[in-house]
Amino acid sequence: MSVLFVLLAGLTLGAAWAAVTLRNLVHAALCLIGSLAGLGLIYIQLDAEFLGLAQILVYVGAVAILIVFAVMLVRGTEPLVGRLSTSPWLGGAITVLLAALLLWAVSKSPRLRAPTPPAPTVTVKAIGQQLTRDYVVPLQGIGLLLTAATLGAALIALPRRGSNPPSTPP
Amino acid sequence: MNTLDQLPETLKDHVVGVFPAGLQPWISALLAIGALCAIFPALFALTTVLERKILGRIQNRPGPNRVGPAGFLQFAADGIKSLTKEDIVPRNADRLLHFLAPLVVVIPPLLAFSVLPIGRNLVALDLPETGLLFFFAVGASVEVGVFMAGWSGGNKYSLLGAMRALAQLISYELPLILSALTVVMLTGSLSLVAMVEKQSAVQVAGLHAWNLFTPWGVVGFLIFLTAAAAEANRSPFDLPEAESEIIAGYFTEYSGFKFALFFLGEYLGLFAVCGLGITLFLGGWLPPFTWLNWIPSWLWFFGKLGALIFFFIWLRGTLPRLRMDQLMQFAWTFLLPLTLINAFVAGLWHFTADWNVLFRWALSAGLLAAAYVALSRPFARAFPRRTYRFAP
Amino acid sequence: MTGSGILQGLAETAKNFVGSFTHPAENLATIEYPEQRQKLAENTRQFPFLVFDGTDPEAGLRCVACQICEKECPPQCIYIIKSKAKKPDFVGKPQFFPAVFDIDLSVCMSCQICVEVCPFDAIKMDQDFELATSDRFQGLLFHKDRLAKPNSHFQKIHPTEAGETDTRRAADLEKAQAAAAKAAAAAAASAKPVATPANSPEAKNPPPASPAAGTPPM
Repeated sequence: MSVLFVLLAGLTLGAAWAAVTLRNLVHAALCLIGSLAGLGLIYIQLDAEFLGLAQILVYVGAVAILIVFAVMLVRGTEPLVGRLSTSPWLGGAITVLLAALLLWAVSKSPRLRAPTPPAPTVTVKAIGQQLTRDYVVPLQGIGLLLTAATLGAALIALPRRGSNPPSTPP
Repeated sequence: MNTLDQLPETLKDHVVGVFPAGLQPWISALLAIGALCAIFPALFALTTVLERKILGRIQNRPGPNRVGPAGFLQFAADGIKSLTKEDIVPRNADRLLHFLAPLVVVIPPLLAFSVLPIGRNLVALDLPETGLLFFFAVGASVEVGVFMAGWSGGNKYSLLGAMRALAQLISYELPLILSALTVVMLTGSLSLVAMVEKQSAVQVAGLHAWNLFTPWGVVGFLIFLTAAAAEANRSPFDLPEAESEIIAGYFTEYSGFKFALFFLGEYLGLFAVCGLGITLFLGGWLPPFTWLNWIPSWLWFFGKLGALIFFFIWLRGTLPRLRMDQLMQFAWTFLLPLTLINAFVAGLWHFTADWNVLFRWALSAGLLAAAYVALSRPFARAFPRRTYRFAP
Repeated sequence: MTGSGILQGLAETAKNFVGSFTHPAENLATIEYPEQRQKLAENTRQFPFLVFDGTDPEAGLRCVACQICEKECPPQCIYIIKSKAKKPDFVGKPQFFPAVFDIDLSVCMSCQICVEVCPFDAIKMDQDFELATSDRFQGLLFHKDRLAKPNSHFQKIHPTEAGETDTRRAADLEKAQAAAAKAAAAAAASAKPVATPANSPEAKNPPPASPAAGTPPM
């Protein structure tokens, strides 16, 4: 089992590393997809099937495709020339600070000291009930946000007044 | 009846029994994988011939009838041809992605077959919690392969095809998943096996309670078929590979065996999505009536699969290709709202289980019909009936 | 009603599909080519061929190597070498004949101009279209022996035109024979006063198929 984990973790981290260092935008996007898929596979390996498959469906199937689509629409795919960042020191400092913060937060967690509980068997039904009972307000909030975003996108895409909508036949 | 019905299972048990106990799970898995990887590509070979023959007859010609008995070995000729052709990689192609793309397109549909219940007790991978989610998750990975193929060729036509494919896949995935969702709502499970079992309840006169035999089931199935045609790039939604506009779309730059792999992936995707439609709405491996139980369950599954494939071929021979903006408009302004209303009606159906049957039917069907008429009105106005000067 | 057009279309194609099994004669527009053949229209034309009279393609060849077709041919696919010797044509007049007559079918565009310009009805359009070959150079360069086909072939493929041609040529032949007879009679008349009685030379030389080598053409 641990061999599988090491492989998957290697895939995820390697792909993530490649995604930030590769000069070719499309390659970077595909590596990002690989990293997201690797994360989903790790979830599945940890017996969180639902989460893992949802991760693949949402991130590989939709989010990554939107990124790729944006890449294709907005700019050319020629590799960038020159340095990626103006100050590597600033980025490094931010990374170190963030890592330290996360480590501190994790080390403070009471879960770390408690004995490892047996892995709970979470059914889809339980997830659904949690979402529609305990977390119904955050869920609705996210829904509202997404609806607002969709409306905004539709508003931008609407034809300007005075110009003919492209889909109407003459 | 039972021996024939369980023949694949007993056969597998016999073969597995030969091996030592430690190897048995592996052998069992390998056998299941091997069977899936053999049956569906074989079905693909048969379908290519049948499709050409059926399309031919629709167009008043007999179709291929030279190679082998009645032309049924045409697929062998095609296969040999594509194997012996030169594998051309364009000079400014991205060689690695160009090589990987056909694999990424072929593997997900093969994975998707593993969760489809092909017969009674005959499913390669029974995921009681996440079966449907697994299907859609692996199906979503095809899009990455499509993008890789379209981009790596370094050809504007293949890039255009890839963009069309992605836009279409994203737009039609929504109605596809939402129409499948109605079945999930009524079954209360994401397991495909549980969905078939739920439909095995017997109604009047030995009629199984297929989801198709409900108002939301009919509409859901039609939406599912439409979205499935778009997902599988079948006519009239074959814009990503519209040969008269952009040559072959995202696989323009492929030749020889890689081209054949794309072809294979496309048909495997069609089979997978048809198999899902059968499981969701057409009672999976169930016969329509209980007194037809003597026919083996897997035969019912493949019979229904054949019927759906025939329907898609028929549709291909009938409808012309849509325009890109019509495609998008259809998905977002008609199909998606109708799917949402259908989900609402399915919920209504669930909560009105103890009502009078006729009233329940009339209410649901009336709601759906009203929604259909209201949603299709803008279309009727935007695309009035054409009058032809030279044809009736 | 939206969507009814789709159903109509499906019904139409289903009618074709089912009809192709139940009523193949009305519903299948094609014929099974190598086994069944359509009767070609009389005007069908593929590539030119050379007509010869009688049975010997060498002796009966109508072509006199005048090279008009070679000059008129738009894509220049005809290649002729005129013979040194002469041989008698159908009216018995000595004519040149083509020592070499080649047509490159890969160049020919089937325009029929060679047929239009030929004053001797020697080149006509053939209907043979199964000329595929694995050798695109020599296999499509047709020589005289392959181009020459008997008049009966011409009559078979273009009966109307061949009938016309044959009538015209028969008239020409008659006229030529009549002229020859007249010339022979004139010669005999002019010879009479000099050589006194003796009808013998005329009896020995009847107006035959080879009349007067020195007679000018009519």
